[in-house]
Amino acid sequence: MSLPDPLTDQHRYISNASQDVGEMLEVIGIDSIDALFETIPDDVKLKELLNIPGPWSEIESRRWFRALAAKNLTAVDHVSFLGGGAYLHYQPACIDQLLLRAEFLTSYTPYQPEVSQGTLQSIFEYQTHQCLLTGLDVANASLYDGSTGLCEAVLLAERVVRNRKRVVIAKSVHPQYTETVRTYLQNLGYEIVEVGWTDDGRIDTAALREACTSDVFAVAVQSPNFLGVIEDYDAVAQIADAAGAVKIAVICEATSLGILTPPGAHGFDIAVGEGQAWGVPTQYGGPFVGFMVVKDALKRHMPGRLVGETVDVDGKRAYVLTLATREQHIRRGKATSNICTNEALIALAANMYLSLMGKEGLREVGQQCLSKAAYLRAELQKVGLVILPFSGPIYNEFVVRTPFPAAEILADLEHAKILGGIPLGQFYEGHDNEFLVAVTELHTREHLDQFVAALTAVISRERR
Amino acid sequence: MTTTPTALIFEHSKRGRRGYRLPALDVPPAELTPSLMRDEIADEVEVSEVDVIRHFTRLSKLNVSIDAGLYPLGSCTMKHNPRLNEEIARTPGFALSHPLQPDHQVQGNLALLWHIERTLMEIFGLPRVTLQPVAGAHGELTGILMVHKALAKSGNARKYILIPDSAHGTNPASAAFAGYQIKELKSNSRGTVDIDTLAAAVTEDVAALMITVPNTLGVFETDIKRFADILHEKGAYLYCDGANLNSFVGIARPGDMGIDVIHSNLHKTFSTPHGGGGPGAGPVGVSEKLVPFLPTPTVEQREDGTYYLDHGHPDSIGRVRAFNGNFNVLVRALTYMRSMGPDGLRRIAQIAVLNANYIRARLRGSYHLPYDAPSLHEVVFSDKLQTAKDVHTLDIAKRLMDYGFHPPTIYFPLIVAGALMIEPTESEPKEELDAFCDAMIAIAKECEERPELVRSAPHTTPVRRLDEARAARQPVLRWKR
Amino acid sequence: MTPEDNRYAKSHEYVHPEAEGDLVVIGISDYAQKELGDVVFVELPQVGAELEQGDEFGSIESVKAVSELFSPVSGEVVEVNEALTDKPELINTDPYGDGWMMKMRLTTPEEVDEMMTAEEYDEYVEKESAH
Repeated sequence: MSLPDPLTDQHRYISNASQDVGEMLEVIGIDSIDALFETIPDDVKLKELLNIPGPWSEIESRRWFRALAAKNLTAVDHVSFLGGGAYLHYQPACIDQLLLRAEFLTSYTPYQPEVSQGTLQSIFEYQTHQCLLTGLDVANASLYDGSTGLCEAVLLAERVVRNRKRVVIAKSVHPQYTETVRTYLQNLGYEIVEVGWTDDGRIDTAALREACTSDVFAVAVQSPNFLGVIEDYDAVAQIADAAGAVKIAVICEATSLGILTPPGAHGFDIAVGEGQAWGVPTQYGGPFVGFMVVKDALKRHMPGRLVGETVDVDGKRAYVLTLATREQHIRRGKATSNICTNEALIALAANMYLSLMGKEGLREVGQQCLSKAAYLRAELQKVGLVILPFSGPIYNEFVVRTPFPAAEILADLEHAKILGGIPLGQFYEGHDNEFLVAVTELHTREHLDQFVAALTAVISRERR
Repeated sequence: MTTTPTALIFEHSKRGRRGYRLPALDVPPAELTPSLMRDEIADEVEVSEVDVIRHFTRLSKLNVSIDAGLYPLGSCTMKHNPRLNEEIARTPGFALSHPLQPDHQVQGNLALLWHIERTLMEIFGLPRVTLQPVAGAHGELTGILMVHKALAKSGNARKYILIPDSAHGTNPASAAFAGYQIKELKSNSRGTVDIDTLAAAVTEDVAALMITVPNTLGVFETDIKRFADILHEKGAYLYCDGANLNSFVGIARPGDMGIDVIHSNLHKTFSTPHGGGGPGAGPVGVSEKLVPFLPTPTVEQREDGTYYLDHGHPDSIGRVRAFNGNFNVLVRALTYMRSMGPDGLRRIAQIAVLNANYIRARLRGSYHLPYDAPSLHEVVFSDKLQTAKDVHTLDIAKRLMDYGFHPPTIYFPLIVAGALMIEPTESEPKEELDAFCDAMIAIAKECEERPELVRSAPHTTPVRRLDEARAARQPVLRWKR
Repeated sequence: MTPEDNRYAKSHEYVHPEAEGDLVVIGISDYAQKELGDVVFVELPQVGAELEQGDEFGSIESVKAVSELFSPVSGEVVEVNEALTDKPELINTDPYGDGWMMKMRLTTPEEVDEMMTAEEYDEYVEKESAH
């Protein structure tokens, strides 16, 4: 294929057509667009068009992409019990409508506050919600997600404590989060020490005490943890304090903050986590929104953007990006983080969700999740075909152990239009017969009964 | 835009209001031990749906946006965001798919990832691309970690990353995060890197050169292939910050220039909306030598045409994020790539460069052009002609708001004192470019005749200049009753 | 006016000899504060810190810039200006007075003599700003 005249096939996303181009070339004083590309050496210039499909009309695109989407088996036509760090909750209709407002969707980072007060004020509100929910003092404007948020929290802790080499991470922190931390830290000379759990599914405090040597700069636990079990924050805090380590609470299921005591109330220094559960679709893992909230004393070590309140020259209240000297565009190689683009639009969605649900709704969502998960557990226990291996308190997620490999059980459940859970064996060796089940306010009692019946049928069939 | 700032959502709160309804609880209510349960969330909001919609609609009116007009932030590539992308990303089969579903349940997603990787491979001219990084800076970190691992595997990870003084701040920050020290390269009078400067700097201790092509002045590094040769001879790598890919997509390919690693900000070149600061996506393409070090998992196709996630790469740097990257940003970007096709992608670069050079031609004379080398998709002026009247770049930027335009990027790149960095993109019609240039020229005139008017701008925005020192001295970072 | 009883460093810190003994007061010059603009935060060392000449002893931030501070002399930090925590703007309003940063006990008093006098510093600044 040779290179066509650039002006023969006009494109719908580009306004300027041949007449415009002619007029503009004249003002510039050249004959052709090609003349503008003379600084690119000929030997690296393409002689042909790229070998890719298109251009497609909207009609063709819809056809192709919808056909792909239709190949997925999802919660669209299955009852889903999938969690493990990504949860389907109720999404109020007005959020997505508001997100599509051009002024939110198609604006940039609010570098010019006079024409970006909408974004800035919304971030300030988002920061306030985060503080109220976690019981801590200062929240940033968002991070990529929970896993990279944990990386940033660990690095923050090291900046505060200094000259220590080890970070303790509970084995029950989301395994992909810990994997991400491992990637981030690989060249920085720090050691990650993992601490396992006991029969109740909570962190093994004896092992934690042993791991918390004077060389440890941070301790990170997740609650509810990856097994669904709510940790004993006080017990962890006490051990970490004795070692002088920064206490990091990881929260993967953000709606749990609606009813569980927040990490700030237990003296934790940093709460970091994933805000997806606040009404953001699971969308195969992203975009999500990482949140980080810290004690006031740590605010100058915070990664990412912060919005603060001030006044304009007329004394009007207004909002602006502040404490920016921490950031890469000013401190460059010595910045607290390399983050620039964050998840602003998802943080805006979270602000809308938290405002709509409000004080009462956040509690009610939490209460419903808690109650429905408890009901499902109780029903499974009644049938008695599966084991619920961990006795610790849970919020909306728990581990089920079956007599057969989880993958087989789940494949059978899929035939009954149930996405039954997440096999644990892919994360923890020797746990092949276990899977994670998550319940939210979207499940009806009928769904839960259907799950119990289907699981019972599947196991009975396997036994035969 | 409205001119009335609005109360905070917390200040709209009234006891008893409510913005949602859930189905009644249909199972017995459960409780935990009281010590695990929190009291009510003091000060959380109580508002109706009407309150919420009014509040956020009013907030939105305080923003300017690309849909309302030219948003010429240099190096940010504020282009049109097609709404088809939004529609496709909201297809329930994508939006409700779960990141931990087994491969056989998400063949549609995996196919999509496979196709976008193939498309980016062709655009980059490189053999593989990772889709996991979720932003440009995240891609930078990923790329430099791969370089580190590759070098470490051959015996010596080395110490330094070379970065020109015109670079984005994320470059040195990412290199430091990956465990390297930074050596800054001075730009020459064209604003580019001299081949001799580079040759002298590339010692046995240098792991890579991190360079933006074209650079932040919009100037293409004509010697790029020789840069690659110099680095490769010494066993070092050439990293390209692809922030400015919009200027040469479809015209030339990084892989053909000898580039080993490039990240592309999909929210720039490939039209995914910036959303007030994110989300983005920062896929990274790599040369053959770096393929074994890509993050896991990768997406692969079997002979029968099915797809799977491959976790088995023993030399991988590991995962750089939980789950599968910003999948639904990738969906938008692929939708765009398909809408444009090969001719359209090339046309992007052509018209973007034409538009920038049109602005350059029209504003020349009214504003100082500190680097006169031919530029591609953006043009950097300075306030040198205006400082005589004690009017500075910040003032000019603020005054532009009164004319209804978002200002360009200012005070960047750092090598230009008082920089005004203008990038119009291919989206802008000639009339919009003319209106912008007319405004800039009018402001230049005002700087001569009524400098105080410019110095005190903006005059028509919802709020006027802010006391930023106050915000930083006594930070108020949340609302309190 | 640049106070004549101080000595100055090329990195724009001043040293002011206290009346008694080997104590000096250290801050940044009026020129330096003007260049920085509105100072919003200062990071100072711990009392008791031992500094060598040229050591970084802290940093100073304006809204959009951060600069390292270098000790022009060697010695022990005996006091830091706590008032700057709440009112960093004192550095703008009174750099040679209330905007002082720290007091040091010198170990090598000769270092002070090698620093610029007010007159030499004024000349130095004039040249630097001409660039």
